[in-house]
Amino acid sequence: MQEDSTQSPHKIINDFCVMFSNINGTGSSTANTTVMRALFEMGIPVSGRNLFPSNIKGLPTWFTVRVSKDGYLGRVERDHVQVLMNQDTVAEDVKKLVPGGLVLYDEAFSMPETLPTSLAFGIPMETLINELDIEKRLRSYVGNMVYVGVLASLLGIDMERVAGAIEFHFKGKTEAAKMNFHAAQRGAEWAQANIDRIAIPYTVEPMHITDGYILCDGNRAASLGTIYGGVQFVSWYPITPASNVIEEMNEFLPMLRKDPETGRMTCAVVQAEDELSALGMIIGAGWGGLRAMTATSGPGLSLMAEHLGLAYFAEVPVVVWDVQRVGPSTGLPTRTAQNDLLFAANISHGDTEQVILMPGSINECFEFGWKAFDIAERLQTPVLVMSDLDLGMNPWMGKPFQYPDTPMDRGKVLWEEDIERWTKEGKLWGRYLDVDGDAIPYRTVPGNRHPGATYFARGTGHDEFARYSEDPQVWQDNLARLKRKYRQARALVPQPIVERQKNARIGIITWGSTHMPVGEARDQLAAKGIATDYLRVRALPFTMEVVDFMQEHDRTYVVELNRDGQMKELLTLEAPQHAYKLRQLSKVDGLAMTAEWITQRIWEDEDGCHA
Amino acid sequence: MPDETNDIGLERADYQGSPNTLCKGCGHNAIIGQIMSACYELNLRPEEIVRYSGIGCSSKAPTYMLKRSFGFNGLHGRMPSLALGAMFADRTLTNIGMSGDGDTASIGIGQFKHICRRNPPMLYIVGNNGVYGLTKGQFSATTEAGVSFKRQGTSRYLPVDICMEALASNASFVARSFAGDPKQLRQLIKAALRHQGISVIDVISPCVSFYNFAKNLHSYEYAREHEIPLHELEFVPTDHQIMIKDFEAGTVRNVKLHDDSIIRLKKLDKEYDPTSRWQAFKVLEEAEEHHQLVTGLIYVDPDIPSTFDRYDLVEEPLNRLGNGRLRPPRESIDQINQMML
Ligand SMILES: Cc1ncc(C[n+]2csc(CCOP(=O)(O)OP(=O)(O)O)c2C)c(N)n1
Ligand code: SF4
Ligand SMILES: [Mg+2]
Repeated sequence: MQEDSTQSPHKIINDFCVMFSNINGTGSSTANTTVMRALFEMGIPVSGRNLFPSNIKGLPTWFTVRVSKDGYLGRVERDHVQVLMNQDTVAEDVKKLVPGGLVLYDEAFSMPETLPTSLAFGIPMETLINELDIEKRLRSYVGNMVYVGVLASLLGIDMERVAGAIEFHFKGKTEAAKMNFHAAQRGAEWAQANIDRIAIPYTVEPMHITDGYILCDGNRAASLGTIYGGVQFVSWYPITPASNVIEEMNEFLPMLRKDPETGRMTCAVVQAEDELSALGMIIGAGWGGLRAMTATSGPGLSLMAEHLGLAYFAEVPVVVWDVQRVGPSTGLPTRTAQNDLLFAANISHGDTEQVILMPGSINECFEFGWKAFDIAERLQTPVLVMSDLDLGMNPWMGKPFQYPDTPMDRGKVLWEEDIERWTKEGKLWGRYLDVDGDAIPYRTVPGNRHPGATYFARGTGHDEFARYSEDPQVWQDNLARLKRKYRQARALVPQPIVERQKNARIGIITWGSTHMPVGEARDQLAAKGIATDYLRVRALPFTMEVVDFMQEHDRTYVVELNRDGQMKELLTLEAPQHAYKLRQLSKVDGLAMTAEWITQRIWEDEDGCHA
Repeated sequence: MPDETNDIGLERADYQGSPNTLCKGCGHNAIIGQIMSACYELNLRPEEIVRYSGIGCSSKAPTYMLKRSFGFNGLHGRMPSLALGAMFADRTLTNIGMSGDGDTASIGIGQFKHICRRNPPMLYIVGNNGVYGLTKGQFSATTEAGVSFKRQGTSRYLPVDICMEALASNASFVARSFAGDPKQLRQLIKAALRHQGISVIDVISPCVSFYNFAKNLHSYEYAREHEIPLHELEFVPTDHQIMIKDFEAGTVRNVKLHDDSIIRLKKLDKEYDPTSRWQAFKVLEEAEEHHQLVTGLIYVDPDIPSTFDRYDLVEEPLNRLGNGRLRPPRESIDQINQMML
């Protein structure tokens, strides 16, 4: 099956993008992920992106698989190969095909008169499906596998890997796996008999780059990281694209968090009536000494605003995942953005500042999943983790998850014996008393039976002993301490990642999943002779390194997926003296950022600078 | 004379709160007074009680009782969620939530109804004065239609009945009482603190500063004149049952709670069965029709599973689990990575 791939002089090997266009609810995702998994198993770097409507059935959906020998995972703007299985979108879809690309479509479709390629092949889907050697009523379920086989045959995807991917998907359901593979084989046979592979410019060849790597989506990684962080209480309200952070827990908690001695659970998950309640519950639990978290997206985060101020001010550790989608309002529920940052940074009224983590890969989703608790409990404050739909809901390859490399830090909690000892030593305890001079007080939690341990928490003004107070000085001192405490976060949060190129005079700053296209854009710019240094912010508050980076460069482009340049705004507030050197490079249209777009903008701008 | 103590050697003073800043004569004072007495008489350790509240005069009230216990005064209308989450931390504690009619029936009606259906073991007591006290006299969801306030005009809408809402939401213990009937209130509170699920007590608790109008339900005068107790009520703790006196057959109904303590309901003029939801709705409906204040134990089902019966959690308090029992073992990570394809 691979004999001819080296014979054609024009083959593009392991470097192209396949787009599948389907109808929502037709089971195409099994077929499409099969292709992705098979490629991954051949050792070739892949990334998959699902573009889906806010609808359950009947509307168009697209899945793209990018194959990249260089390991680039970002989105690309054009398709090299298209598998068109939705008549309604064909005319629009083909506009995104690169000239000379490969198009496979259902033979029954009426196709546009002119196509940008001569390599367009109609697959007789209906005939092939009807000929399948399986029960009639089951045929439609496996129909999509026919095009998987056709594609595998044309691109040189190993059919054994296809079989493996199918088996993985159907875990133990041998009959289903067999039927699906049978359909794929039929497709492959048809392609071999009807299409001359030599004419196809794209091909894959096994590599070994992905050996030892895993495939996982960011939400699942977040969920697992949270579980390894020892989460004890979860409350949530369903919302795309955050729901499966919690739904994955229902799968993994019974596996990982059953007490070995008793077989009973060490974590509870409660579906709340709304996000107000979800946050209320985790504040209660966090106050009670549990590691508590929730996951939400924009609209839910808006509802959590008042409670996040309470948690900040009453100094209650909680972890909130915000898997961002496009706002304002209900916006585009199934499209990606990085547009909650400004809102989250100071969410809630009054002088509130929040600690924010920004994962840029599945590995960071996992790592920040557990680390968020250590930071929240150490600082006794909410930690918000800002992921996004692109990172959260799509499968990404990454290194295997690493077991947490530091023990759980439960922060400053006093139990009965501690209070007893403090009392004996004549050491004074007050819930908000800064004993250690680091602005972080000691806390006790309900259930502590020592009569000296109790206190009354509140969102109203309070003194160091948690007593109600309207005293101006007390208020001022408390808020000043909270500010000092917030600054302590700098030493605890993940530091920015900096990558430099020789003689770079311009910098790029980004955050979160936009990291993926930025790396690629830097290579493209370097090829054009523009060297760049790169800093990826991974947390708020900013550390000095971020400010230094702005200072060091003539210009710094801040790349992000929103309209207003929210990170740029925060950087401006942080270091107004360097703000004149910042260039906003942001957009939001529902789609993930591409390297092409970034490169083009910077190229134009830099060219203008030199002209 | 030696100071009087309860069975665990505590004095009444051990159940006191911080200095009270409510108005003199405010119904909420009577409520916290009865809560303190009930806790004293039930021999509860203050450190094993947790107080929760929202925002309002009624929600401030918990500060003025049980100073030696933990407490959390959260957001307006959001006490239920805060309390529910906190209760998961240590399931052996006694939980007292105190709220107002605005806090519960206006801004917080959603959370209120959901905590009822979740049925956690807590006393949920409402100081229902038919007005917003703390913000100085606006209409609440329980203000009767047609009532006029100085700066608000006339209330246009029909009120919400908190007991009816609780019942409809499957609360397992629903009672109504009156701040001017301390004896009944205390018995109800005691029973509520022993009930294994949520116990809602809607207490008519007049606001002397903004709405103690004699012709309206939420006033001392009206309530006194129109109170119709469903029964005479006595709570008998598990260890005191030997003292139960015999009543004439047919005049007393005993309701056994989950811990075997008993609520003795002595019949007054009519037969009333508080274990019938149907009768409960009927009695509330009739009371409203006749503008009467029906008080007593309106409904109880001692056996509905509580929140925690619905989770298979480890026995000991979750907040005392060591790190070793929370973080999965190192070996498990390889197995997890194998699954990631
Ligand atoms: C979100 C929010 N909105 C408004 C308020 C202002 N507020 C404080 S107390 C209160 C009403 C309290 O009424 P109720 O619960 O009946 O308590 P009462 O004072 O009558 O005992 C209001 C509206 C607030 N604290 N928070
Ligand atoms: S204003 Fe009304 S509710 Fe508030 S303390 Fe005074 S009497 Fe009580
Ligand atoms: Mg009120």
